[in-house]
Amino acid sequence: MAETFLFEIVTPARLALSCDAACVIIPGGAGHFGVLPGHAAMLSTIVPGTIELRDKSLKILDRYFVEGGFAEITPERCTVLAEVATPLQEITRDDAEDRVKRAHDALMVSEALNVRVTAERDLRTAEAMLAAVDEYEKQGTH
Amino acid sequence: MASLKDLRVRINSVKSTQKITSAMKMIAATKLRRAQSAAEEGRPYARKMEAMLAGMVGTLASRETAPKLISGSGEDRSHLLIIITADRGLCGGFNGNVVREVKKRISVLRQEGKAVKVICVGRKGRDGLRREYGTLVSETLENVTRVGAQFGPARDLARRLLTMFEAGEFDVCTVFYNTFKSAMSQVVTAKQIIPFQLPDAETGAAAEGALAVGSYELEPGEGPLLDALLPANLAMQIFGALLESFASEQGARMTAMDNATRNAADMIGRLTLTYNRTRQAIITKELIEIISGAEAV
Repeated sequence: MAETFLFEIVTPARLALSCDAACVIIPGGAGHFGVLPGHAAMLSTIVPGTIELRDKSLKILDRYFVEGGFAEITPERCTVLAEVATPLQEITRDDAEDRVKRAHDALMVSEALNVRVTAERDLRTAEAMLAAVDEYEKQGTH
Repeated sequence: MASLKDLRVRINSVKSTQKITSAMKMIAATKLRRAQSAAEEGRPYARKMEAMLAGMVGTLASRETAPKLISGSGEDRSHLLIIITADRGLCGGFNGNVVREVKKRISVLRQEGKAVKVICVGRKGRDGLRREYGTLVSETLENVTRVGAQFGPARDLARRLLTMFEAGEFDVCTVFYNTFKSAMSQVVTAKQIIPFQLPDAETGAAAEGALAVGSYELEPGEGPLLDALLPANLAMQIFGALLESFASEQGARMTAMDNATRNAADMIGRLTLTYNRTRQAIITKELIEIISGAEAV
C-alpha cells in the first residue's frame, strides 16, 4: 500500500495546501479523527480546530487552524474544504485573545436571534483558536 | 466659427479627459489581472463543493426528507432577486445590461402575480431600478467589492438569506450578475440559488475522481452534514458570483476606457486640424488686408 496520500486544503480564495502526507489529524464534527493512506471513503464536517500533518512516526510536521469546513476522504486522497485556513505559527496569542474578546462583546450586545447565533459561532471559533494557540505554545516549549 | 482661444481651451480639456480615461484603463487592466486570477483560484473550492453536494443530493432526491434548501418551501409565490453590479459607472454596458435583464424578469414575475423583492449588491443596480421599481428594493449593499471580492461579505449575505428563507420571506432566490467571458465580453447570468439546483456540469464534476456516493461514510450523519454543507455552498455560490462580477467589471471598464481614450485621440486630431485651419485663415486674411491696403496707396 502506498505510504502517503494526497492531502489538500482548499479555501474559497485559493488552494492553500497540496502535498503528500502520511498522517493527518482532523477535528471532525463527531470528534477528532486520523487519516492514514487507504482510509475508507468518508465525508465529514470539520469544527474549528487544528489540523495536524504528521510524518510516518507521527511526529508533527505542520499545523493549520481551520474555522470549520468539510473533509472528503477517499483511500488515495483527503481534501479539506475550509473557509479559512491559517498556519498555526502565524497566529499570535494576542490576535486570538483579541478575537475572543471581540466575539464576547458582540455576543453581549446581540439581541436578534440570528445575530446571536452568529455571535455564538464566532465566539466558539475564537475560543477554539485560543485553545489551539495554547496547545501549540505548550508543545513548543519542550 | 469658434475663436482660436476657444479651440485651444477645448483641445486642452479633451487632452486632460484623455489622460484620465487612459489612467482608468491602466488601473482596470491591473485590477482585471488580479481579479481574473482570484476567480480562477476560487474555482477548485467551488468545484469540490459542488461535487460533494451533487453526490449527496443524488442519494437524497428520492426521499421526502430533503432539507428545504433543496426541495424548496413548497410554494412559488414570492421571489427574491439579488442583483450584483458595480458601485461606479464608466464601465460601458456592464451595469445597464444586468439592470435591463432584471427589469424584464420583474415584469414577467409580476404578470404572473408573484411578489418580488430585490436586494442590490452595488449602488448602480439600485440607481438603475429606482425609477420603475424603487419600492421593491429592500436593501442595498455598497462597497462590497471595493478591495476585490471577499468571502466575508458573501458569507454574511448567505446567512441573511438563510434567516429570511427560514422566516418564509421568499420562496425562490435568483442571483443576477455578469459572467466573465473575456475582457471584451460579459454575459448576464441569472442563477437560482434557493432552492438549490444541480447545474448540468455537475455530473461531469461528480465523475471527476469522486467515488460512487453510496460508498461514502457520512459523519456526523446525513442530516447534520447537509445542514452544514448547504449554507456553505450558498455562500460559495454568492462568492463565485461576486468574483465573476468583479472580474467582469474590470474587463468592461478597461474596454470602455480604451474606447474613450481612442475617441479622445480622434477628437483631439479633429480639433487640432480645425485650430490650424482657423489660424491659417486668419493669417491669410491679415495678409490680404495688408496687400490690398498697400495696393490702394
